[in-house]
Amino acid sequence: MDNIIEIRGLTKKFGNFTAVDGISFSVERGEIFGFLGANGAGKTTAMRMLCGLSFPTAGSGKVAGYDVMTEGEQIKSHIGYMSQRFSLYEDLTVNENMELFGGIYGMKRGDIADRSCQLLHEISFSDHADDLVGSLPLGWRQKLAFMVATMHRPEIVFLDEPTGGVDPITRRQFWDLIRAAAARGTTIFVTTHYMDEAEYCSRISIMVDGRIKALDTPQALMLQMDAKNMNEVFVKLCR
Amino acid sequence: MSALGFLIKKEFIQFRRNRFVSRLVFLLPIIVMLIVPLVANMDVKGVNVAVVDMDRSGLSGRMVSHLEASKQLRARLVVTDYRQAYDLLEAGKVDVIVTIPEGCEQTQMLGRMPEIKIDANAVNATKSGLGSQYVIASLTPLLTDGSAVLSPSVRYFYNETLDYRFYMIPAFIIIIIMLICCFIPALNLVLEKEKGTIEQINVTPVSRMEFTLSKLIPYWIIGMVALTEAILTAGLVYGLWPEGSLASIYWAALVFALAMSGFAIAVVNISDTMQQCIFVMFFFVMLFMLMSGLLTPLDSMPQWAQWLTVAFPPRWFVGIMRAVYLKGTTLAELAPDFLALAVVATFFCIVAIVTYRKQK
Repeated sequence: MDNIIEIRGLTKKFGNFTAVDGISFSVERGEIFGFLGANGAGKTTAMRMLCGLSFPTAGSGKVAGYDVMTEGEQIKSHIGYMSQRFSLYEDLTVNENMELFGGIYGMKRGDIADRSCQLLHEISFSDHADDLVGSLPLGWRQKLAFMVATMHRPEIVFLDEPTGGVDPITRRQFWDLIRAAAARGTTIFVTTHYMDEAEYCSRISIMVDGRIKALDTPQALMLQMDAKNMNEVFVKLCR
Repeated sequence: MSALGFLIKKEFIQFRRNRFVSRLVFLLPIIVMLIVPLVANMDVKGVNVAVVDMDRSGLSGRMVSHLEASKQLRARLVVTDYRQAYDLLEAGKVDVIVTIPEGCEQTQMLGRMPEIKIDANAVNATKSGLGSQYVIASLTPLLTDGSAVLSPSVRYFYNETLDYRFYMIPAFIIIIIMLICCFIPALNLVLEKEKGTIEQINVTPVSRMEFTLSKLIPYWIIGMVALTEAILTAGLVYGLWPEGSLASIYWAALVFALAMSGFAIAVVNISDTMQQCIFVMFFFVMLFMLMSGLLTPLDSMPQWAQWLTVAFPPRWFVGIMRAVYLKGTTLAELAPDFLALAVVATFFCIVAIVTYRKQK
């Protein structure tokens, strides 16, 4: 089986506090992997280690074929990342943001232009290419941030609560984009607090206090926990 | 275009969009050069003098008229009671009291030097110090009989009129570059930290050096524009054009600007919030202003403090600027200072790159 993420005993300690406590799991290429857990369970910390933003205290593993302990910079060329906080430049226009991030990843000018045109077309946002990002409503910003994260055609995209505070319709549209990207072979690693979204995932893991308590397909988890929906599964595990 | 090119382009777009900062940066040099040299003036004028004349003689009369004739002094009033003059000093109405003792004229006629008492209000140390010097200078010719006094003639080179403005203009140019190259890149970068956009950069493969350079280079260019504005203003308004070559000024300024913005980036790298960053910056900028020979001579500091200033970029640049501006010294003659400045600049840029952490 082709695993794009494979980690063993990944641990992060901040002083005496263990934020992530020896988690091990693997993610298959092309799947949508849901990374669930209560606030403070250690999801973001774990994700930051996988993205090369944070050094693991212990453990080993590979992301896109590169070592998480030593090859953080190589990992970065192959992944896309959308953080919990909106992090495009608000004082740049949509196009300028796309050009900047495309350029940083070493894309050629012509390629950047074609790619941003295509991505904006996909979210029917071509008319707003020259709008300042700061002037856009939250839903649009999040869709745009996702598009920018996939700009350089990464093998895997990490999304940290991408739909927090977004209305239900935009949330659905956002997940259409995620599934379209997954259908094209991009692996999606996503955290969320919305259990309806969890059901869209190929497999999900649930983190409690820095450990992975459960990992399986949504259907299998519901069966195991004897629950009607993911909501119940989550409540039973995290309580 | 490389990643660095895209990042620099982004900095310029952001600079242009931030109307307030971009206007401020362009106006600051002109405003500073127009206003500050007029205000920051160490020449003392209008020292108020009260004369307590207890002699009431021809000599004391001549002394009063001499004091009145002085350009720097303002002989306020002539009283006979010391108490009265002292009250005025206490009330802050006079700065210096000159007491002419009884029998002053007689003493002088006997061929001795009469004792004139001078009391000065030293709350304003400069004014009282210089004020009493002026009093002594204006009275000396009267009290000594001309023949005995050897009066030396002094000629001041490079700033013939001893105009304090000319001494300070190069200093203000340095302060302008320091403000622009320290604060603007620092505020810009710390804002990226606070907004979280830096995280999006940290997750890309862009190198630490590329990102740091993208923060240094734009402000380097902007610093040179500010320098040009300041030189033009000083020349057109005060008629002070650099004696030395413009090339030497620009070369030195380029290295200095790099040192200051490198220092600023290093400060931001170790601070997490705007408050921290601004506080640390102010602390150092204050040290730079006070300990680099900008306002007071380096040699008057204790030895250990002079050693400390070796790492201060302005310490080297101040000497270079004054020498080139007022004396016309060439860069070749200033090679040791220039080299020292270059070493300090390289040091700060390396610190800026090394302290930037993409992975924590």
